[in-house]
Amino acid sequence: MKRRNFVKKATLTTMAGIIGADIVFGANMPLNYNPMALQDADPFQLFGLDKEMVVLNDKPWNIEAKAHLLDEKITSNKNMFIRNNGLIPENIDVDNWVLTIDGESVSESKTYSLKDLKSKFKQYTYQLTVECGGNGRSEFNPPAKGNQWTIGAVSCANWTGVRLQDVLNDIGIKSDAVYIGYHAADTHISRDPNKEPISRGVPIAKAMQEETLLAFKMNGEDIPVSHGYPLRLVCGGWPASTSGKWVNRISIRNIVHDGTKMMGTAYRVPCNAVAPGDVVKDEDMCIIESMPVKSLLTYPKSGAMIKDGNTLNIRGHAWAGELAVEKMEYSIDFGATWKVCTLDKPVNRLAWQHFSASVSFPKKGYYEIWAKATDANGVGQPMLVPGWNPKGYLNNACHRIAVKVN
Amino acid sequence: MAGDNEFKAQAKQVYRMLVVVWCIVLLGAVFAAYVLVDPSLSAFKDKSETELSVVRDEVTEDDWDKVENGIHLRTGFVEGEGLLTVVNNCTSCHSAKLVTQNRMSKERWVATIRWMQETQNLWDLGENEEVIVNYLAKNYAPTTVGRRENLQTTAWYDLQVNAN
Repeated sequence: MKRRNFVKKATLTTMAGIIGADIVFGANMPLNYNPMALQDADPFQLFGLDKEMVVLNDKPWNIEAKAHLLDEKITSNKNMFIRNNGLIPENIDVDNWVLTIDGESVSESKTYSLKDLKSKFKQYTYQLTVECGGNGRSEFNPPAKGNQWTIGAVSCANWTGVRLQDVLNDIGIKSDAVYIGYHAADTHISRDPNKEPISRGVPIAKAMQEETLLAFKMNGEDIPVSHGYPLRLVCGGWPASTSGKWVNRISIRNIVHDGTKMMGTAYRVPCNAVAPGDVVKDEDMCIIESMPVKSLLTYPKSGAMIKDGNTLNIRGHAWAGELAVEKMEYSIDFGATWKVCTLDKPVNRLAWQHFSASVSFPKKGYYEIWAKATDANGVGQPMLVPGWNPKGYLNNACHRIAVKVN
Repeated sequence: MAGDNEFKAQAKQVYRMLVVVWCIVLLGAVFAAYVLVDPSLSAFKDKSETELSVVRDEVTEDDWDKVENGIHLRTGFVEGEGLLTVVNNCTSCHSAKLVTQNRMSKERWVATIRWMQETQNLWDLGENEEVIVNYLAKNYAPTTVGRRENLQTTAWYDLQVNAN
């Protein structure tokens, strides 16, 4: 980090000479902007990623997995999508890291060091599904603005930490509390210190769930910096943006939290369905809560060629936000007929469930295997891209892979 | 006769000197003309080494805004009218990838600029706004993909599985 700063400073001077003359209204541009060309770090090395991960955006960093990279039962760091709204904090001082709990609905604000959190409260480990609200955005028509996630912005890792409910009970929150909102140490991409890149939250009921954690470990180790070191709020089953990274303050609100990316069209969908491309007023948009039922075929990788007469073993994961997945099916004839897969129970609530099946094909040719999960309420995945919304959230259309039988 | 001979010899000497001087001037002129065309005298140096150094010079001089196969190498933007205005105004805060992965109509590109000006500290683009919006609407326009696109399978591979 330090070395990069030095390089940045040294190069900035040169940069001004090279492009300064061409930047119209350059005087309006804050001096500490970091022009793109200088952000030349290798993300695969920087974040320890599998070389097949896909970089959608390098400022801020947004990187997704491919389906076959998510084959592990517990997602490891190298295959975990990275979604940032701002710039990853630099020079994190763990010894002096403080979590402040404040807001209208606490009688007095209180602070906890990381040591306080670890020693004062019981620690729990849960495997939690964390999926970006915009996962699948790339399929919407007309296209929706933002990072064009395909299918890889989902993970299910082991998170270890203390229950947010234990911390909130320790403080004692007022009866008028309706929402929590997190604040964090990341920087707005304009580097404007008065702007927060993102500050979202969840209703009190979700905050008080047993599985809602203030986590300091991911898969048994310190959380990687790209995933929120040293402290992350984890709200499994809800849009990943509610699982705030680098959290240093949680406000207990007596109103629905109104932080950055809680308002307007951000992480909201039309309260009533709209036609593709419709303009929707801000007041007609509703906050996304639990994510919808969805599944992913993680084996084999799409494009497999097998010999006629052979059986193909397929597998993957299914999840359904707050709910459990009740049934998992596959089709090799574009949904004309469905066959049932073996489906495991979740390790704990809000963990994804593993499925598998042995597929045989009637004759040679090109096939697509489509996977479809149905949740505990009997709601299944659509085969087509579901309801259009301005920001392209909640695409839970069936995943499919191509197979050739020769 | 002796004086006559001496004069003749002197005249001959002068004539020789003149020829030599002219030859030197002519050689100098030819050399100067050559240097104008090939200042580094590369034709007289080892050929392979010369080519390498020439290529290297070109790359360092043109690299910054080099366009290859219609793509601006530094950012990935496609070549088109207004390219450098877009590069200079749209890649200071965020990656060019945030632009190039999106497809929008002119109205929606304008709306996106307004949103960035209202919430993300984007400056007044002045007359450049039209140049930028025209470039984006032309080169990054939406394509209709329908309700579900065909699977794009580019990498088929053999998978060994157990026979029935």
